[in-house]
Amino acid sequence: MTLPVGASVRIKTMSPLGHIRTPKYLRGKTGVVERVLGPFNNPEQLAYMVPATPRTLYRVRFEMGHIWPDAEAPQDTLDAEIYEHWIDQDAP
Amino acid sequence: MPHDHHDHDHLSPSGHPYRKDNDGALSYWQTMEVAIRELMVEKGELTPAQIQAQIDAMDARSPANGAAVVARAWTDPEFKARLLANGSDAAREMGFDIGPMHLVAVENTEDTHNLIVCTLCSCYPRNLLGLPPDWYKTREYRSRAVREPRAVLREFGVDLPADVTLRVHDSTADMRYIVLPARPAGTENLDATALAKLVTRDSMIGTGLPKGA
Repeated sequence: MTLPVGASVRIKTMSPLGHIRTPKYLRGKTGVVERVLGPFNNPEQLAYMVPATPRTLYRVRFEMGHIWPDAEAPQDTLDAEIYEHWIDQDAP
Repeated sequence: MPHDHHDHDHLSPSGHPYRKDNDGALSYWQTMEVAIRELMVEKGELTPAQIQAQIDAMDARSPANGAAVVARAWTDPEFKARLLANGSDAAREMGFDIGPMHLVAVENTEDTHNLIVCTLCSCYPRNLLGLPPDWYKTREYRSRAVREPRAVLREFGVDLPADVTLRVHDSTADMRYIVLPARPAGTENLDATALAKLVTRDSMIGTGLPKGA
């Protein structure tokens, strides 16, 4: 199921090794879907030339004050592209 | 006198220190690149002319491409709407082959400023801006642009007012980003060609503003 724009999402805290596209500073953080970019072949598999599964890619917007408690301007935002398998579907 | 040094062993005849030569041994990955390139040529998969043509194509791309897109958006509201809705198609419409990558244009306004970074590597809209500047690829820029972006902007000479929202875009996956800077005031009488000359590379990364802004 594709998440709608505006959905609140939490990024998984897993730490797999290798070519991964979710930066560590966003793991465990909560953001909001800014736009749905559609399915892309999973680059975390493409990097190893193994068959890549199409996965939905989202742009997720985070508040700077949430990522960094000492942020100079907490209302500033950070947008990143997050693959669906990095979104914790069990999070409230 | 600046050139009246006593430690002449470390100075060139011009009086300046010698810069360390950049001619160390090839790294593991450089060696692998050379080996694969030579193998592919030997096996007839690629010709040296094809490789040179690709290098020429990479060198031919420059921020002038992106500046033309920005100037068009400043002068053609319908194009601007298309650019913001689908940057890839809008770039292609102007004749810029952006390959398989997907382009997202983000607009600076009176109350919003955008900044582009790639924390995981060095993703950059090369098709529109050419090769990235060296600083864009440094760990310092890549980490500080998300950790303390307003401080980074001040070092670039952009002091954002507190009531302007800064949106940092980390190109973590398949998108590439270009900032559509705000059109400088007082440029109402300029055409797209003249406007394009105001659009700097840094203004399209978000670390700068257009000339005259």
